[in-house]
Amino acid sequence: MTEAVEPTEEALPEQLHETALVDIHRGLGARLIEFGGWLMPVQYAGILEEHRAVRERAGLFDLSHMGELVVEGDDAGDALAAALVTDPRTLAVGRAQYSMIVAPDGGVIDDLIVYRLGPERFLVVANAGNAAVVSDELAARLSGWRAVLDDQSLATSLVAIQGPRSAEVLAPLTDVDLTALRYYAIAEGNVAGVPAHVARTGYTGEDGFEIFVDWARGPEVWEALLAAGREAGVAPVGLGARDTLRLEAGMPLYGNELDRQTNPFDAGLGRVVKLEKQGDFVGREALARVAKDGPAKRLVGLRITGRGIARHGYPVLDDGEPTGVVTSGTHSPTLGVPIAMAYVAPDVGEPGTILAVEVREQPVSAEVVPLPFYKRDPSTR
Amino acid sequence: MVPGDLRYTKDHEWVRVEGDTATIGVTDFAAGQLGDVVFVDLPAAGKTVEQFATFGVVESVKAVSDLYAPVSGEVVEVNSELAGNPELVNSDPFGAGWMIKVRLGDAGQVDGLLDPAGYEQLTAEG
Repeated sequence: MTEAVEPTEEALPEQLHETALVDIHRGLGARLIEFGGWLMPVQYAGILEEHRAVRERAGLFDLSHMGELVVEGDDAGDALAAALVTDPRTLAVGRAQYSMIVAPDGGVIDDLIVYRLGPERFLVVANAGNAAVVSDELAARLSGWRAVLDDQSLATSLVAIQGPRSAEVLAPLTDVDLTALRYYAIAEGNVAGVPAHVARTGYTGEDGFEIFVDWARGPEVWEALLAAGREAGVAPVGLGARDTLRLEAGMPLYGNELDRQTNPFDAGLGRVVKLEKQGDFVGREALARVAKDGPAKRLVGLRITGRGIARHGYPVLDDGEPTGVVTSGTHSPTLGVPIAMAYVAPDVGEPGTILAVEVREQPVSAEVVPLPFYKRDPSTR
Repeated sequence: MVPGDLRYTKDHEWVRVEGDTATIGVTDFAAGQLGDVVFVDLPAAGKTVEQFATFGVVESVKAVSDLYAPVSGEVVEVNSELAGNPELVNSDPFGAGWMIKVRLGDAGQVDGLLDPAGYEQLTAEG
């Protein structure tokens, strides 16, 4: 048996970034891998068990590899509106939006969350592997505006707690009123005595919180949450389950569903692009054309009905002919069947369409299904 | 400690020889490295497998791994339990998680495989 997917820690290249929590992960028996230039836990007890913990109880994530870029100045709102596809000026202070930064041709450089921390102070959170590129590109796009970018990525620890029991575990540890903190909102306060920004955002399809603190104080927050959550069954969760959770929730992963060759409309995220906002923005012309003509490919959900698991890069077939490619695929721990996201020709993207995925040179039957694959019971909120 | 009555490949498969029947599976080390096994793809009875050639695939949530045959022979039985319960590969890799039984063509092939001590040395070295 050979395994080619995960490099072992010993075989890792030098000069990987480590989060402030890396020794805690080792102590918890995590398997560590390289991800986006960082040494990160991929799993602790096992992906299925961690996945289930988040869906049924709550899970704790170290997301300190993410990039945190603070943009502020008198023109910060206008400058970000010109740099990104969304309009952060429309955000109330304390609210957040999903956004993207695209190239002039409309290709996605990264997908982002933008939080409005103050009237002219924003926090832009970028993916780990893109943080340096986004930081440089955004800084360049701010030139000429009265706005500056402060890259806080290496000064920030980010700990997330996600799952239906997150609020009851976090509430006793914080002075932030969680009942008043809505989905996609952020507030300043303390968590376990550590000054923090607490956001009700996540990447799992569950209720949950992302907690931004000073780099050195990440371990305190982690340990406090793990101890407070022991009774509720809170488990540490690695990047493996993070990926299966986000895939079930139909959320794109940069490098899989999103890249420079893909525009937001391809990914079914055209609603994120505010073509009518005031002022020009990078990518507007190209994206206006896509909005008018329609995208060249369509991101769909696939439920594999044959025997096999679709994986990233496997061809998608329509009547034996290539029609696209799988971007992400796994065995869904919640649904108990293989699921995938794939780009296909727009005319075969309607739910109910029967396609096939080529698995080791054999066609395996798959049905186009609506995204997301999993939606939490609204009564748990 | 791995079972003493088996022989091993450096790719972490095991084989148990009883008469001219060879039972094949993967080791606990392999199962641990894979993580939660969710799918096993095995050849049908009647197919032949070749020593050190791939005979199937085992998939965890995250990874796809090829399986290599420790010995050549005709497949006489496939563990049909694994279709519905692939997690047996994790919970009982040397027992209920066995994969295929083949009719051994050349018993001499077994001599070239690792003995338990040799295999343990391999995994201890990582």
